[in-house]
Amino acid sequence: MPSVVIQPTSGWAAINLRELWRYRDLLFILAERDIKLRYKQTALGVVWVVLQPLIAALIFATIFGRFAKLPSEDVPYLLFVFCGLLVWNFFAAIVQRAGNSLVANSALVSKVYFPRLLLPFGSAIAVMLDFVVTLVIVSVIMFLYRQPVTPNIALLPLFFVMALVAGVGVSLWLGGLNVRYRDFAYVIPFLLQVWLYASPVVYSASIISAEYRWLYALNPAAGFVEGFRLALLGKSSFLPEQFALSALVAVIIFFTGIFFFRRVERSFADVV
Amino acid sequence: MIAVRAINLSKQYQIAHAHAGGHRGRRYRTLREDLIALPRGLLGRNGDTKEVFRALRDVSFEVNQGEVVGIVGRNGAGKSTLLKILSRITEPTSGRAEIFGRVGSLLEVGTGFHPELTGRENVFLNGAILGMRREEIARHFDEIVGFAEVEQFLDTPVKHYSSGMYTRLAFAVAAHLDPEILIVDEVLAVGDAAFQRKCLGKMSEVASGGRTVLFVSHNMAAVRTLCGRCIYLRHGSIATQGDTDDVLRIYQQDLQRVEIDATTAVHDEKMRRGNGAVRFTGIQVTDDTGAKISQCYPGQAVRFEMDYRVMRSIPRMDVFVGLRSGKSGEFVTSARHEVAGADLSADHSGTVVLELPAIPLRPGEYLLYFWLGASSSEPFDVVDDLTAPLAVVPHGRQSSVVFDHAENIGFFDVQSRLVEKEVITPPDAAYLV
Repeated sequence: MPSVVIQPTSGWAAINLRELWRYRDLLFILAERDIKLRYKQTALGVVWVVLQPLIAALIFATIFGRFAKLPSEDVPYLLFVFCGLLVWNFFAAIVQRAGNSLVANSALVSKVYFPRLLLPFGSAIAVMLDFVVTLVIVSVIMFLYRQPVTPNIALLPLFFVMALVAGVGVSLWLGGLNVRYRDFAYVIPFLLQVWLYASPVVYSASIISAEYRWLYALNPAAGFVEGFRLALLGKSSFLPEQFALSALVAVIIFFTGIFFFRRVERSFADVV
Repeated sequence: MIAVRAINLSKQYQIAHAHAGGHRGRRYRTLREDLIALPRGLLGRNGDTKEVFRALRDVSFEVNQGEVVGIVGRNGAGKSTLLKILSRITEPTSGRAEIFGRVGSLLEVGTGFHPELTGRENVFLNGAILGMRREEIARHFDEIVGFAEVEQFLDTPVKHYSSGMYTRLAFAVAAHLDPEILIVDEVLAVGDAAFQRKCLGKMSEVASGGRTVLFVSHNMAAVRTLCGRCIYLRHGSIATQGDTDDVLRIYQQDLQRVEIDATTAVHDEKMRRGNGAVRFTGIQVTDDTGAKISQCYPGQAVRFEMDYRVMRSIPRMDVFVGLRSGKSGEFVTSARHEVAGADLSADHSGTVVLELPAIPLRPGEYLLYFWLGASSSEPFDVVDDLTAPLAVVPHGRQSSVVFDHAENIGFFDVQSRLVEKEVITPPDAAYLV
């Protein structure tokens, strides 16, 4: 029995879990490399990770909280927006980094075989470190504002996984398209910009009237952003069924993303 | 026991010749191009002419376990495509291959090396990329570092390494990959002669250890030393396969017949470049009587006869011919002359003959580089490494490649003499004995 048969594949290919497992070390070494490089190449390193969401939150707090006076569910607007940014930045960083990971690693893709899924997966793992750092800042801000911790905090891992699944799913779609159409490198930041305002990051989902909120919940980002507020601040205008709908969309994006990626990955080495 | 079996492997690439001055050689598309092409495609009138390039055609062979098989052929003959398919980097268009055993493929030295990471970090990264488990790398770590001779610099980012250290470390990782089937492409083309010998030593060690090796190289001497059997690829299909000496003899005969014309490998950006305003239509190497040659002796005059055709009108034109080292690719020498000082309009054609006088080139293979253009920044046509290399053979010897360069290093013979040769015996030598 041959250990490997090489022949043209056609149609949809399922995910090869056994092979992914065999390459698990590479997954973590790639993630490790991403983290090391980020902290080595930027002089400020970890300071960046702290400053970036903090400055963004301060700007949003000034513009939307102070001037536009957007409602923030009776919590200080800074804390309100920071909880949203915590998970939004995590999602956006996955989309950005994992979406570009194939093109960024084209030298690898054209010279050696390994399951290509490891590249976006590895980038996503690397982004988790930034999330942890931001989570620490959020805890500090919550402490400073004397924000009580509710039992809802137990839901946090759930919404974290939801953001991860949605982010990786979107990046698999964009990553596959990015190899074929190089203009997706420009589409990704633009898409994220629009998506940010289509999600309840700087405002509360309560400003969407209840009858449209079901439609709104089709945006998976609405689900995990509201979910983080529910977990950290104890309140959200989303119903459990609406969270479930968002989660379902995230899972659909994830699995279709994997299939799409597997479908186009066979031509990556010929194109990059 | 069979290790590798290929059955009618074929690979096609589509080369789109974009309608309006697209970037030739770029293989990805832009969304705009596809969106514009969409309505045209629906109307059945596609603006792009798609040319199918068949990189590999119905290639079938078997390699037994423990065999070391060389794959030879000119640039663009499909060697790299074949290795990429067997390494699973790209898929064949049709046919199939069966691999029996764990494959380690080495298409490049130092794949994935990152300049900002330290030597230690790169060993783990590169090892994992090549398919090793973390614990495996840790087990071989000391050996790898010892082979590469970089112990003191393990925690230095590799961007501070000399190119020699970098290459040694990269090869060391790959050398300890320990696969059952090793696929190697041209990695020996890098590094100095001493390092190449070390790599060859490691390769024959791997080969004699019962491992199966597929080895692509231009270094005929290395192929002859390592491989018992050879596969010769020509234009994507197997021209012949069998005993190394027989195959290499046929290959070398073919090399001497090679000619390039206006369309040879135009799709290959690495070997044929330029904006296409003028194209070489034929290139021949001759001696000073005009007779075609494929090799010459040190100190023999060589002529390059180049035919060209003007495709679009040009203001002026120079010709440039360079000789590059067959081992390092460095330019050994070059010459540039003006061919036309005034406008040449389309459909002019001509021949230019450039003679290199009797230069004392040392025996070896020299890659030929031909260039037509008006300025260095915008060549019309560049033919690089497409023609057979110029083989300089020593007087009175048959072999066209000298493998051991220890006695004569460098490219040119120079007139040197010993001016003094005095040995001074120390006065107290008697006491030392």
